[in-house]
Amino acid sequence: MAINWFKYSSPSSFYSLAGKMIPLFTVTAILLAIAGLYIGFFVAPTDFQQGEAYRIIFIHVPAAWMSMFLYLVMACWAAIGLAFNTRLSSMIATAIAPTGAMFTFLALWTGSLWGKPMWGAWWVWDARLTSELILLFLYIGFMSLQAAIDDPRRADKAGAILALVGVVNIPIIYFSVNWWNTLHQGASVSLTQSPKMAATMLTGMLVMALACWMYSIAMTLIRTRVIILERERHTSWVADLHEKEAAR
Amino acid sequence: MFFWIIRRDLLLAMRRQSDVLTTLFFFVIVVSLFPLSVGPEMNMLRIMAPGVVWVAALLASMLSLGRMFSSDYLDGTLEQMLLSPHSLSMLVLGKAFAHWLVTGVPLVLMAPVLGIQYDLPADALYVLTASLLLGTPILSLIGAIGAALTLGLRGGGVLVSLLVLPLYIPVLIFGSGAVEASSAGLGYSAHFSLLGAFLLVSLVFAPWATASSLRISME
Amino acid sequence: MLKGSNLVCVRGDRRLFKDVNFSLEAGGIMRVTGPNGSGKTSLLRMLCGLSKPEYGEISWHGKPIGSLSGEYFSDITYLGHLGGAKDDLTALENLRISSALSGTEITEQDAADALQHIGLGGRQLLPVKVLSQGQKKRVVLARLLIGKTKLWILDEPLVALDTSAVGMIKEILERHLAQGGMVVMTTHQEIDIAAVTTQQLQLV
Repeated sequence: MAINWFKYSSPSSFYSLAGKMIPLFTVTAILLAIAGLYIGFFVAPTDFQQGEAYRIIFIHVPAAWMSMFLYLVMACWAAIGLAFNTRLSSMIATAIAPTGAMFTFLALWTGSLWGKPMWGAWWVWDARLTSELILLFLYIGFMSLQAAIDDPRRADKAGAILALVGVVNIPIIYFSVNWWNTLHQGASVSLTQSPKMAATMLTGMLVMALACWMYSIAMTLIRTRVIILERERHTSWVADLHEKEAAR
Repeated sequence: MFFWIIRRDLLLAMRRQSDVLTTLFFFVIVVSLFPLSVGPEMNMLRIMAPGVVWVAALLASMLSLGRMFSSDYLDGTLEQMLLSPHSLSMLVLGKAFAHWLVTGVPLVLMAPVLGIQYDLPADALYVLTASLLLGTPILSLIGAIGAALTLGLRGGGVLVSLLVLPLYIPVLIFGSGAVEASSAGLGYSAHFSLLGAFLLVSLVFAPWATASSLRISME
Repeated sequence: MLKGSNLVCVRGDRRLFKDVNFSLEAGGIMRVTGPNGSGKTSLLRMLCGLSKPEYGEISWHGKPIGSLSGEYFSDITYLGHLGGAKDDLTALENLRISSALSGTEITEQDAADALQHIGLGGRQLLPVKVLSQGQKKRVVLARLLIGKTKLWILDEPLVALDTSAVGMIKEILERHLAQGGMVVMTTHQEIDIAAVTTQQLQLV
């Protein structure tokens, strides 16, 4: 079990390792997505209350899960980068942010598409939807802060502090939004009271969540590789790489 | 040391009174714009009042965040603070407290007058003022983190609002919620306890996060 | 004793300097020279602990300065090129506040004496913004008369000063060195300061 993990913490070896892993995760993501969508559209039964419209949960729920999960993962990598001054961890955090924001947006969008037939409105101030919206703001704040700072080292560290402050705040925000929602209870539109789910529905959702997960990993690896190239463009190994590509 | 910093920032604010007054007038103008945009219907205004006053307080407090560190950054005094043998978190706490005294307290004092414009009953006025008194220090503490992170950046003023406003949301919810609860005849003590808890959490974490951010931004 | 070993400074994509080594003993002065943009200010900021070198280590009495922080800060005085005086405060307030920040609280009388000594008698109560460049510099330099720190790190302390003020600073520095203090400074002016050891660090 003597794998030398630190070997891969140097950007150059991570670059080649990631290059080998990307196809693997991409193919897995595509296969899982096909399987998940097949279950979602053809195997899972029609819901007796919501009809066919409910099928959007096969993308909505995994996207919502991923959006929250990715924020935590991003904050973890950022914190590791801040604490141990490992450049690669910070790069991974930066690479995760756009994917996380994309899933947050997707969750909001599909949520509103679902909301129209369900509640008769594109947007309701449901506690979960509102929290998701605030999460999108947090992602946007993280990305714009990093974009505004020219020095990559400062960008990494400042982003890490912001991500950590966000992590401390998320439970407080979630709790306060819930509180706010129950205080102003409207026409009792709540996603929490969904009826018991058929087993196939749950399977479909889990498979789709796995697909999203694999997709996130692949995207993060691709983006990390780009960030590595950009930051290390003056080093000799990038120059060698360039020569090899040109020779091919 | 804490008191030296507060004294210094208050002295500076005294010499630049216009900055303090600008923030206050911004607050008053924003609150006064709402009746002009939604109409003078008193029943509606009474319902909207807590939210309007709180949102305006958020914006006014955020508007003055830029000055918290940037002038010290430009004339080199921030560098001296970073090199102080005293704990930087303590200095930051002092600066946040001074920021609150200069921007938060005037808002708290002005709020009852604006509440009268919206025809709020006396007990709602009292709750509104108390909620602002408890909530505005949190705005200064959390805002300090954003101000430290965006120090010296191009377009820092707009950026700071992007970073800080989402973090202000719990304060907004509990602050205006307290007033609504009291108007509806429900108890508002839970809101106040939660605001107080949030204040304690930010008192513990915010100075530390701000101090780290300052060291990162000054490197 | 201040010691720097194998210091490397990177700003953005550019490497400003590498392999900078030095060691400064009590009573010694080190002058950092080099053309504009060679990293003089960056080096001084590193020595203060404001920024960290890309590689290499700076130690104070054998311990890396990163591990000392507060303890180290009470041993040094850094006067950067930004000055560090607030325009809206008077010379007296500036001096008292900056001394308090750096760990020595002084009375109004002490501050007035120091300002008198540095040639600002009668101007102690004016806001700094109405003073001339040279007078502003004197307000900042007055801190050297107050503190009891061992290591002074001075970034261009002589800029904007007239000949009499330069003579006065020379005197202050020599007294500090004679008492076993240390000085690291950058300057473009020729100035001859008597010290136990004098060394020059040339950045290219």
